[in-house]
Amino acid sequence: MSKIARAFAGEKVFIPFITCGDPDLDTTEKCVREMVKNGAGIIELGIPFSDPTAEGPVIQAANLRALNGGVTTNKIFDMVKNLRQDVIIPLVFMTYANVVFSYGAEKFLSTCAKIGVDGIILPDLPFEEREEFLPACRKFGVDLISMIAPTSESRIAMISKEAEGFLYIVSSLGVTGTRAEIKTDLAPMIKIVRENTKIPCAIGFGISTPEQARDMAKISDGAIVGSAIIKILAQHGKNSAPYVGDFVRKMKAAMI
Amino acid sequence: MKNLKSRFGIHGGQYIPETLMNAVIELEAAYEKFKHDKDFNDELEKLLNEYAGRPSRLYFAERMTKNLGGAKIYLKREDLNHTGAHKINNVLGQALLAKKMGKTRLIAETGAGQHGVATATAAALMNMECVVFMGEEDTRRQALNVYRMKLLGAEVIPVTTGTATLKDAVSESFREWTRRISDTHYCLGSVMGPHPFPTIVRDFQAVISKEIKAQILEKENRLPDAVIACVGGGSNAIGSFWNFIDDENVRLIGCEAAGRGVETFETAATISTGRVGIFHGMKSYFCQDENGGIAPVYSISAGLDYPGIGPEHAYLHDVGRAEYVPITDEEAVRAFEYLAKTEGIIPAIESAHAVAYAQKIAPQMSKEKIIVITISGRGDKDCASVAKYRGVVIDE
Repeated sequence: MSKIARAFAGEKVFIPFITCGDPDLDTTEKCVREMVKNGAGIIELGIPFSDPTAEGPVIQAANLRALNGGVTTNKIFDMVKNLRQDVIIPLVFMTYANVVFSYGAEKFLSTCAKIGVDGIILPDLPFEEREEFLPACRKFGVDLISMIAPTSESRIAMISKEAEGFLYIVSSLGVTGTRAEIKTDLAPMIKIVRENTKIPCAIGFGISTPEQARDMAKISDGAIVGSAIIKILAQHGKNSAPYVGDFVRKMKAAMI
Repeated sequence: MKNLKSRFGIHGGQYIPETLMNAVIELEAAYEKFKHDKDFNDELEKLLNEYAGRPSRLYFAERMTKNLGGAKIYLKREDLNHTGAHKINNVLGQALLAKKMGKTRLIAETGAGQHGVATATAAALMNMECVVFMGEEDTRRQALNVYRMKLLGAEVIPVTTGTATLKDAVSESFREWTRRISDTHYCLGSVMGPHPFPTIVRDFQAVISKEIKAQILEKENRLPDAVIACVGGGSNAIGSFWNFIDDENVRLIGCEAAGRGVETFETAATISTGRVGIFHGMKSYFCQDENGGIAPVYSISAGLDYPGIGPEHAYLHDVGRAEYVPITDEEAVRAFEYLAKTEGIIPAIESAHAVAYAQKIAPQMSKEKIIVITISGRGDKDCASVAKYRGVVIDE
């Protein structure tokens, strides 16, 4: 069992997302520590990309702020090294295929293993293209996390069977961003997942309130929240850490 | 399970969100079903001939030939198609396919506006809803085309993200498609994006080289020595090359937009300045920075102002079957003016990039040689921006 899978062994897992370097890496580091302190089970670290095609306006803007602040992949690796002095929960990178490809898959994933990144999520790498990075992921023991969408239908079983780490269940059509209501009937999707794998699954996209997190945790193993946290960063900038901590605490509390 | 048909050498593939995977699988299945379907092909041919005005002329540019003093020059007049560019070939095919799939809504990206106008046109003809995404910067450069699209009943959404040009219009179209799939077909305008788009668009544009071949054999009783076309994503170029790929003595030359020069940062010449990457659903060459960020690109031509190139072109470059050369804004503008004065034909500023390269090589070739230049579109839309480039103020 990977370190990520073990994180799901106990209670429901809250997985907050943050774009690294928004507005600077100091703030990211502080926010991550606050997330850990307030009950995050796994943390998704976004490596910004110039053209994040799966993101809505909120995370697009965060990517832009981070890149304008001069963040690079290497600087993010250094930040993770710092975090790993005291942070022990699983950390996963969320970025786009070209960021990894451009860095070199072997070099990127060996560095992940060295600094203690446990998995990667690449929203523009569907099941059919996993071979692009899977060999390097396997070689260095980094989980390549697969996604399942409301449109996946007959693909759910195929993806579930090969899943590692955890399965990222996309709650709704469209790009990332908060939604007033999650309308997709997720329970039948998760039933198929359960029939095909023992790997845990967490739901993301559109979750912003404790009630939504509670509802999602009921039918799955965890909830992933991005845009709602990025909105806090957009509002409070360098002073975001306590607000982020507070938010994580409330979300986690609703899931117990 | 890699889809082998999705690759051109190492290039191509389907690097898209899971949400879209069943949509492209469904599209591929529909295309496989209809591409050899007689009724579908008859219907498409009728549309291309009766509605779009095909076949387009292969015109002997006698004055240009004499003036340059070398190879004989023929112009493939895609500018004479309905809506004024080659884009209609692909759009009629895709719209018809979408209709057969039961889709009622077309979305499209556009740079110069030609593909948007073509999509809006097909949507009007086939009674479909149409939404076009266009970079805000381009809506300013090509205001007339925005009006044309609206006149044709399309909704035009200005895209303000990123550099607010073609690349961002493509990103926004993909985002819209993930939001709404069941009734919507993304009518991609070039030989790019995830499989099966590069193959579908190429097949619908291959009519260009099919006609060139028949026409040149009839006029000259032999194949040309070179076929030249401009390349952004590369749809008119692949259409012009496709039926000559096995004819090894025919040079295939794609002209990229060098903007202010390949040595500057203000360029869109992907093969000259880019490296292999993964973006917009495909592996291919992209202009990018050291962190894998897609570089902002620049060209006077909104239609070539794209940081990537279609995966089949990337492959043809890798194996050396086609050559890709950079042409600057200045060279393209001069060619734009040259063709207007010499032949009375105002080419699209995109196509002027191909004319510019012909001007360079024709004089060095003997008089028995033959060059075909694809004039992918007409240049009316570019008069205002070329005038501005020349410092001429036009009062409207």
